[in-house]
Amino acid sequence: MKTICFYFQVHQPFRLRTYRFFDMGVDHNYFDEYQNRYLAQRIAERCYFPMNELLLKLINKHGDDFKITFSISGMALEQFQKYVPNLIESFQNLAKTGNVEFLAETYSHSLASIMDKDEFELQVERHSKKIEELFGQKPKVFRNTELIYSDDISESVAKMGFNGMLTEGAKHVLGWRSPNFVYKSATNDNLKILLRNFNLSNDISFRFSNRNWSQWPITAEKYTKWINELPEDAQTVNIFMDYETFGEHQVAETGIFNFFEALPENILKSGDYKFATVSEVFEKFEPVASIHVPWPMSWADEERDITAWRGNELQEDAFEKLYSLKDKIKKIDDPAIKRDWDYLQTSDHFYYMCTKWFSDGEIHKYFNPYGSPYDAYINYMNVLSDFILRVEKAVK
Amino acid sequence: MRVLMFGWEFPPHIAGGLGTACFGLTKGMKKQGMDVIFVVPKAYGDESEEAVKIVNASDVSIDMRYSNLKEYFDNVTYIEVNSRLIPYVGTDDYFNIENQEKYYTENHDTLISHRKYEFSGKYGENTMLEVERYAMVAAQIAKDFEFDIIHAHDWLTYNAGIAAKKVSGKPLVVHMHATEFDRSGLDINTVVFDIERKGMMAADRVVTVSNYTRNIVVEKHGIPAEKVFTVHNAVEPNESQAVKEYKKNIDDKIVTFLGRVTFQKGPEYFVEAAHMILQRDPNVRFVLAGDGDMMPKVIRRVAQLRMGDRFNFTGFLRGAEVDKMFALSDVYVMPSVSEPFGISPLEAMRSNVPVVISKQSGVSEVLQHALKVDFWDVEAMADAIYGLLHYPALSDMFVEHGKIEVDNLLWENAAYKLKLIYNELI
Repeated sequence: MKTICFYFQVHQPFRLRTYRFFDMGVDHNYFDEYQNRYLAQRIAERCYFPMNELLLKLINKHGDDFKITFSISGMALEQFQKYVPNLIESFQNLAKTGNVEFLAETYSHSLASIMDKDEFELQVERHSKKIEELFGQKPKVFRNTELIYSDDISESVAKMGFNGMLTEGAKHVLGWRSPNFVYKSATNDNLKILLRNFNLSNDISFRFSNRNWSQWPITAEKYTKWINELPEDAQTVNIFMDYETFGEHQVAETGIFNFFEALPENILKSGDYKFATVSEVFEKFEPVASIHVPWPMSWADEERDITAWRGNELQEDAFEKLYSLKDKIKKIDDPAIKRDWDYLQTSDHFYYMCTKWFSDGEIHKYFNPYGSPYDAYINYMNVLSDFILRVEKAVK
Repeated sequence: MRVLMFGWEFPPHIAGGLGTACFGLTKGMKKQGMDVIFVVPKAYGDESEEAVKIVNASDVSIDMRYSNLKEYFDNVTYIEVNSRLIPYVGTDDYFNIENQEKYYTENHDTLISHRKYEFSGKYGENTMLEVERYAMVAAQIAKDFEFDIIHAHDWLTYNAGIAAKKVSGKPLVVHMHATEFDRSGLDINTVVFDIERKGMMAADRVVTVSNYTRNIVVEKHGIPAEKVFTVHNAVEPNESQAVKEYKKNIDDKIVTFLGRVTFQKGPEYFVEAAHMILQRDPNVRFVLAGDGDMMPKVIRRVAQLRMGDRFNFTGFLRGAEVDKMFALSDVYVMPSVSEPFGISPLEAMRSNVPVVISKQSGVSEVLQHALKVDFWDVEAMADAIYGLLHYPALSDMFVEHGKIEVDNLLWENAAYKLKLIYNELI
């Protein structure tokens, strides 16, 4: 029996307000309360609530034949607690079925893994604790922000006691090999790796409603057929995507919910595949080989690298300035400073400063509240300038 | 004495320093007992008429049968203009060819005997067309009004000045607030240059805002030196006292650049100087207030030098925000590559902020209590800023004497000089 593994990423950043130079030293409120509340509630209404409900329905219908995996960033959880409290309950109801696994990630949805090992471990620890508190399960598998992975990162993750990790099935890493097997880390034999099948994942997340695509429209039958057409020896199909795909990126009118509702039945009835959580896949299959990733990769853009966050001097400057505060932050107890430190690390802030506008410009624009990467940089640095002043003052 | 003046903008509807200078000058002229009819391409109705009578060119009905105007209809030429070279425009706009053709046919419609033109009075894609039409309107105005002398401000109005002179036979004075060389360096727009030169050659006298500018028009435009006179700009006394109460909430010392972020203003030299100072004193904050086509380049350089946390951007500031910015500043820097005059350091000094200015500016000719450096000499600029920040004796003296100096730069003195020039012509 082969497995099919659906994994959904849930994340919302705390977006910054327009922070003027004149606000520095006067006003330390950096976040756009109105916009954050509005977006959290809108996405909850369009995506999280209806999709959670659908998943619950599918679990009730198919029982143990239908399982899924989530990771929810600390930023998203905080926003839900603040703006949409009953959404937490909705996720808890899914957790209670026992058919849903929750993964660990960095609390702030940050890029600490490529910047600072200590901070990285602290954040992962905090996130796991929060997941355990809310959903009653201690994460055993780790997924990094934007599926960023390298040999180096995998080593830290193994040391923290996780038995597996997710990343992208990037062509430049896999070469001729297939993402449809379990792999292991090159630096630690005990850390299993699950790779995203980006073709089948993006068929849903990016291409579902694209009428210019030769395969449009995709139906549950057609998608099931594609899965069954994979090479005979494939062990597991890993479909990873943003949870916001359902109802937000692909709005309800595209038929995305109906598609997903019909999908499990179609797949199960074809006989070869069984739904599994990430941990179940790891239990079932032994790694076929190790993967070597000397430089960080991610699931973003054509390049599948980290240049969307660390590709230009604006991002580098912002990064270096932010993380230069790390040691000082450790000495501070002020909860407001700690909170802003978390929120400012979120990868989205750096994504907005990206200047790669060509191959992936459309996607970048879709997610970007700023008119230009320069505006994003200026606003972030104005906020950071004030934050640095507060930190300096607090350690004095 | 009655002066027919052609301008392009008038407060409160201004894009740059030209309108402010015209306003100050005409107020000074009133004090010197002169009457001014001030023509603008587009009046909004809320312009101050305390010193002038405003004539809205968009309201003037042109008699198309009037033979003296004919040559203007025939000579109306439409040229594609790269408007980076037009003053006070941040983005690259191009003259729209489609529009040219539409207007061209309109102008030759002989069935119409009277017509009006609606002007935008902006600096944009239709500027060249508006410059030509403005000349047609000017001829009509010259026919309709009584006056003793014609005065035209900057190249945009020179064709209007020439037309008015032809129709009325009165003497023409043209006023150079900025030359094409200031705006564009050596890569000049030859069409604009030709209009500047033509206007100055046709004029009876040329007024420049500084000796710096006078040298440019004599050397580069080839205007006979004996008809070019310098009348330095002045500054209006500060009225907004409340701003001084604005509390500074940051301990850092603040060094400010305020102006358009364009080649002419030299923002990149400010960035390099900032970097040098931060090596020596990390407790300084630099602020670049303004917008313009060099923004991306400047921002990248700031990030490259890893000083984004010490070098902040405010975007374009207006009105009270400008006063607030001055109130927060410890040093003001004007690193202009080529500045015909440069009124902003005077505004800074008026707000008790000591200034560092480039020697390539007209204002450096009238100021004693300012540190003057070559725009390209980043080390000297850094030194000057550092000195003002760290040696209170120096900055205190500059603040105290600088204010007196600025308070003595009165528009009525400038107007008096202008009156002497007029008197020779009438």
